[in-house]
Amino acid sequence: MPPVIDKKKCVKCGYCAQICPLDVIKVEVQGSEKEINVKYPDECWHCRACEKDCPKNAIHMRYPLSHLMLHKEPEGGKRP
Amino acid sequence: MNMTRQNEIIKTDYLVIGGGMAGLQSAIAAASKGADVVIAEKADTRRSGCGANGNDHFPCYIPECHGDDFELALRQVNMTMDGGPWQDPTMLRLWLSRSYEVVQFWESIGINMRPTGKWNFEGHSVPGNQRYHLKFDGKNQKSALTKAALDRGVRILNKTPICDVLTNEEGRVIGAIGFDISEDTPKLIVFQAKAVLIAAGGASRLYPGITPAYMFNDAGCPADAGTGHALAYRAGARLVNLDMAGGHAGPRYFARGGKGTWIGLTSDINGDCITPYQDKPSRENGDIASDIWPGSYRDRMQAGTGPSYMNCTRTTDEDLDYMLHDAMVSEGIDSITDHLDQRGISLRDSMIEFGSYNIGLSSQGVDIDVHAMSSVPGMFAAGNVMGNVKGSLGGAVIIGMVAGESAADYVKTVEECPVEGHPLIQARLDQCNAILNRSEGAHWKEAASTLQNIMNDYAGIVIRSESMLTAGLTYLRQLKEEAHQNLGASNSHELMRTLEVLDQIDIGEPMFLMFLNRKESRGPHHRADYTYTNMLLNDKFQTVEKTKDGVVLDFRSRW
Repeated sequence: MPPVIDKKKCVKCGYCAQICPLDVIKVEVQGSEKEINVKYPDECWHCRACEKDCPKNAIHMRYPLSHLMLHKEPEGGKRP
Repeated sequence: MNMTRQNEIIKTDYLVIGGGMAGLQSAIAAASKGADVVIAEKADTRRSGCGANGNDHFPCYIPECHGDDFELALRQVNMTMDGGPWQDPTMLRLWLSRSYEVVQFWESIGINMRPTGKWNFEGHSVPGNQRYHLKFDGKNQKSALTKAALDRGVRILNKTPICDVLTNEEGRVIGAIGFDISEDTPKLIVFQAKAVLIAAGGASRLYPGITPAYMFNDAGCPADAGTGHALAYRAGARLVNLDMAGGHAGPRYFARGGKGTWIGLTSDINGDCITPYQDKPSRENGDIASDIWPGSYRDRMQAGTGPSYMNCTRTTDEDLDYMLHDAMVSEGIDSITDHLDQRGISLRDSMIEFGSYNIGLSSQGVDIDVHAMSSVPGMFAAGNVMGNVKGSLGGAVIIGMVAGESAADYVKTVEECPVEGHPLIQARLDQCNAILNRSEGAHWKEAASTLQNIMNDYAGIVIRSESMLTAGLTYLRQLKEEAHQNLGASNSHELMRTLEVLDQIDIGEPMFLMFLNRKESRGPHHRADYTYTNMLLNDKFQTVEKTKDGVVLDFRSRW
């Protein structure tokens, strides 16, 4: 679930759902309760718009293992 | 579930389809000239499209920096990623000549065009030439442009994708159909407009991405699904250069644009530079290897000489800190910085493997004239959906501005035409309701996956031939029929994705036809049965359009 919402900090304003470029986050109403859910996590672009715009800093991005950043030290060590 | 329909028809002079960088700039230009303007945006203009989180390079000609020789600037910009053989020279001349105007306007609305206090040009540069890519801080560009549009009276409908452009019997634009996805139940909205701008971005997700299981892992914004191309094509607009589509490059499994923001050297596994352009990292020039040869990473893997890396281990500490914490934020790709931090990867020690990304349409699409109008009267186009102009930031917004100005003039010359009763409205409503009522219908990802496989296996970037393309086109048409009969969606979000796939299939078809018709090898188009380059096609663009008599393919001269 790429964007992770800290339920303790979230005030359920729904701004993240409004501005997500991929419509990944949805405001869902269950009974009298409003929930902010990352409903379509595999459609996330990992752009961090939700994280940057959250007024309560309640969101951070988790980068899935499918998107691994392949890295390697140069063979034979670093060049001068 | 059935779709609802908004009773009121939204009437305007100029409907902008897509509130990305080109769309916003165009809306501002048209409204500034007195036109009534509505933007329909599938997400939210404050954070949508490829410019959602920022940009850091604006290609421009500023006489006080570059001197008075505009012809020199033209020649040198043409050597960068914003030039090249697949842009009409007239259009390059047009947008470059008006670039400084946009830079000054952006500065006036609070976008920081001079983070160092002066005009500073860095990156995307050819060593030995002047530099033309203004290094700016675009992290607030979408919110600033949105505010500027609203200040000028532009109405913005967010969460409203468009699915059809409506034309009258004469073939001119009279409106469009869209739908509101803000609630679970979609709501059909009909627009009456004298002119429209197609600014829905490029076409991603046509081919399998670098991680096929995760289709939204894309260099550009994966919301840009080729819808603009599809609705222009269905309305009769001439498209161009679809057969010249290639791909970008960037971190291999974390697809991200903005390769020009990196300050490093394209290197082999030993950390040794593999290109002839420079031998040490340069903040001034950047690393243009991936600009001018983005397929290099694929080529080396296929030759067995890969992998290739972006090597920042020899970049100075100061430049590395600037790249990770300033430049990537300005460009809106600081997901890379965050990702590296979370994994504890230090670029001082490790190189990042780069890969060539698969084919997408960005700068292949609608064929426009110097007024940014397509072959359909009243249909303008700007941004990544353009086919004869480079649709990256500079071309996108400057041609967007031209389109807005032209549209404001054009709408004064035509009468409003009622759209109620247009046959496409009921047809679209019926189709959407059928999709929404197929409770056991096929999921959009099934069709998307098969589309990507067909495009890759039969019209891929490695090799094409008459037999493979003929078979692939047959299968694509089979998929189209099956998709129309079987796709189901349970809410507005899924309906949007479902219609995107149908649009992508609609665009795959003219791509196959153009690949078949280009009986030569050129650029990214490799034919096993026509291995040579036909010099008679030099300086010619292939076009495709739907007419009453069927699909017409042609080659036209660059102009």
